[in-house]
Amino acid sequence: MAKTLPKTDAVIVGVGWAGGIIAAELGKQGLKVVGLERGKERGVKDYYVVHDELRYGIRYELMQDLSKETITFRNHGKERALPMRQLGSFLLGEGLGGSGVHWNGHTFRFLPYDFEIKSQTVKKYGESKIKGLQIQDWGITYDELEPYFYEFEKDAGIGGEEGELGPKRADPFPNPPMKETPITARFKKAAKSLGMKPYQMPSGNMSEAYENQYGAKLAPCQYCAFCERFGCEYGAKADPTVAVIPFAKETGNVDIRNFANVTEIIHDGKKATGVRYVDVQTKEEFIQPAEMVILTSYVMNNTRLLLTSKLGRPYNPDTGTGVIGKNYCYQILPGSAGFFDEEQFNTFMGAGALGATVDDYNGDNFDHSDLDFIHGGSISINQSGYRPIQYNMVPADTPKWGSKFKENSIKYFTRALSIGTQGASMPVKHNFMDLDPSYKDAYGLPLLRLTYDFTEQDKNLYNYIGKITGNIMKEMGPSKINDRQQLEHYDIVPYQTTHNTGGVIMGAEPETSAVNNYLQMWDAENVFVVGASAFPHNGGYNPTGTVGALAYRAAEGIIKYSKEGGLLA
Amino acid sequence: MSEHEQKQESTMSRRRFIRNSGLVAGGLVGGGILGGLIGANMNKDGTATEENAHTNGHDQVTYQQSPLYFTNPETFGILQAAVERIYPKDENGPGANDLDVPFFIDHQLAGSWGNNTREYMQGPFFPGSNFQGYQSPLKRHEVFDVGLAALQTYSNEKFKKPFAELEGEQQDEILTAFEEDKVKLRGVTSRTFFNILRAATIEGVYADPAYAGNKNMEGWKMKDFPGHQMSYINQIESEKFVKIKPNSLHSYTK
Repeated sequence: MAKTLPKTDAVIVGVGWAGGIIAAELGKQGLKVVGLERGKERGVKDYYVVHDELRYGIRYELMQDLSKETITFRNHGKERALPMRQLGSFLLGEGLGGSGVHWNGHTFRFLPYDFEIKSQTVKKYGESKIKGLQIQDWGITYDELEPYFYEFEKDAGIGGEEGELGPKRADPFPNPPMKETPITARFKKAAKSLGMKPYQMPSGNMSEAYENQYGAKLAPCQYCAFCERFGCEYGAKADPTVAVIPFAKETGNVDIRNFANVTEIIHDGKKATGVRYVDVQTKEEFIQPAEMVILTSYVMNNTRLLLTSKLGRPYNPDTGTGVIGKNYCYQILPGSAGFFDEEQFNTFMGAGALGATVDDYNGDNFDHSDLDFIHGGSISINQSGYRPIQYNMVPADTPKWGSKFKENSIKYFTRALSIGTQGASMPVKHNFMDLDPSYKDAYGLPLLRLTYDFTEQDKNLYNYIGKITGNIMKEMGPSKINDRQQLEHYDIVPYQTTHNTGGVIMGAEPETSAVNNYLQMWDAENVFVVGASAFPHNGGYNPTGTVGALAYRAAEGIIKYSKEGGLLA
Repeated sequence: MSEHEQKQESTMSRRRFIRNSGLVAGGLVGGGILGGLIGANMNKDGTATEENAHTNGHDQVTYQQSPLYFTNPETFGILQAAVERIYPKDENGPGANDLDVPFFIDHQLAGSWGNNTREYMQGPFFPGSNFQGYQSPLKRHEVFDVGLAALQTYSNEKFKKPFAELEGEQQDEILTAFEEDKVKLRGVTSRTFFNILRAATIEGVYADPAYAGNKNMEGWKMKDFPGHQMSYINQIESEKFVKIKPNSLHSYTK
């Protein structure tokens, strides 16, 4: 029998970037907040022996325990979905700070084009250009979101320089850009000679000692090269457990409970009354009543909790009606690897977001009139630091094992560079999420089922942008370049990116979206669903900057709702 | 020859002895009198001595060189032979056995990874498409049991000899057949077994020496990877390649 606890103003499900920011902002206003986090408490003090590639980088110490919960996956609706038994394609986080603990820190703002993608594309190229794509405007413009982007960048101490083709900024970056290295300089020189406009990648690794608006002090990055998949022992990475959660606690209004796994949103069909959660250690069950319920877990769990709680209208891929589970998107990742026989680079040094980027082929920065796809991607070189188990880049004709593999994997560890793209991903009717009919989690609830495959739009974007990355690499002067592999079916095994989006998307109309531009549910006004789950499509940048902006936007909405009630948009 | 190289050479001599003597292949060890798993600590007369145990180059006993999973010297011998073909000793430096990769794999199989404790292992199980990932009901330690036994069976059938006694090219031929999924195993595909074996071998070459492989950081040295370093802030802008003496996790606590 579940124990019912005293009521609170707001209960937050999942305490990462979005949950941390909202807890801090609500606590600052005097609202009483309970933050429920299924994983353990953690912070800088816990990364004493963190430079351990096997433990963190390969065995995924900081990631989700899949024995308790995973997703099922299939490429299309006629296939039987099977459990993702091991982590691979993307790395789900767990624990205080969420993925904000082990991200790299690439912090972009989505383009103005992204927020008005449907109207701008149709206006410029006509209705036929978006045939088969389930895209929509986001219900908010870049200009409206601009101040919230800045608020997040201040919180996270982002260092950077404004790119000529990127979104216009009202204020400079809070920190200067990261250091220039021979690798970033080489990329910029090549891109410039091809007429592109490179700039230093905006970084959540501190380029200088920094203090944010919450009084959090972040140390300068040491370029130690253990960043993505690792926690930062210096507190030099923008991480919610450093930047914002301590402040939330100091307000005295925020009670964060670890090992609290929420299993249900309790509601009457119109409003939520609280949540049910289980203590994953003691197995005790609790009901936490609340005036407002705020979902800030990852894309998958925001979607799943609504579906298992039967809140909102589930998406139906046959009719295109309903919204929960709609518009799952990923990211398209064309790139090129170059091998430099005569040169050796300090590839083992680096920082998560040390890199250089061009926006020339992102969004609608280039003419798509004669192209068979829309959007594009940001192209970057990223010196995050090679580690010896994960990085065995070899020329394409090298065998996978034996003496020749050994020779080349050793030789090119410090002699191979790669250029990558964060390519936009467009939604289609049959890429979606719903509940699996047979597989269950450790608490007996259905797993989320992902149905996803790459589309013609994705393949065309991939091939076009891949030629550009090849051109830049060629200009960098390697001895040889690997031919790109073809983009065929989406495969859940090799690591690609943890930039999953959609499922609880935002928009201007309740018919086609689940939340409004304050991330408030159209169908339950005291429920807010925050995160990349709100993206109606995925843009051509890493998503965290935009997630952070939406979290600040939502925090403002929640505070407003607590005073006025009603639908905010 | 440096002192360190001499020690490696003597280690190899012992290993060669075990292989060539037929102790492993011929089953003479089977009685339990010797008790040792593979004779890693054995002298030519078959006695196990602490003084002659492997050293890590600092005149200390390397206690990690003890099996925690495998219980059968023949099976361990198959593993030793297979990982050496995946990552062979050659002019580029030490191979998987010099680096103690078999001990690394043994220890991993004994722990969380070998038992898939953080992975979803609930049924029902179906083979799945090529894009749906690992779907075997077997845990990794069971995959190794099945896979290593199958290497032996295949070897005995095809070449009338145990796997560990074959020529390198013959061993490669068998491993390639497994890699190409041409061998039928029970509960798992031969390709899946091969892929896990290959991945584990590379992990054993390059994981921190705390895990019993990458002996003396020799794996890292081949790649010019300096292991755990607190900071590169003073070198990150360097135009020249910087060679740095490697450091392991042990330096956190020593």
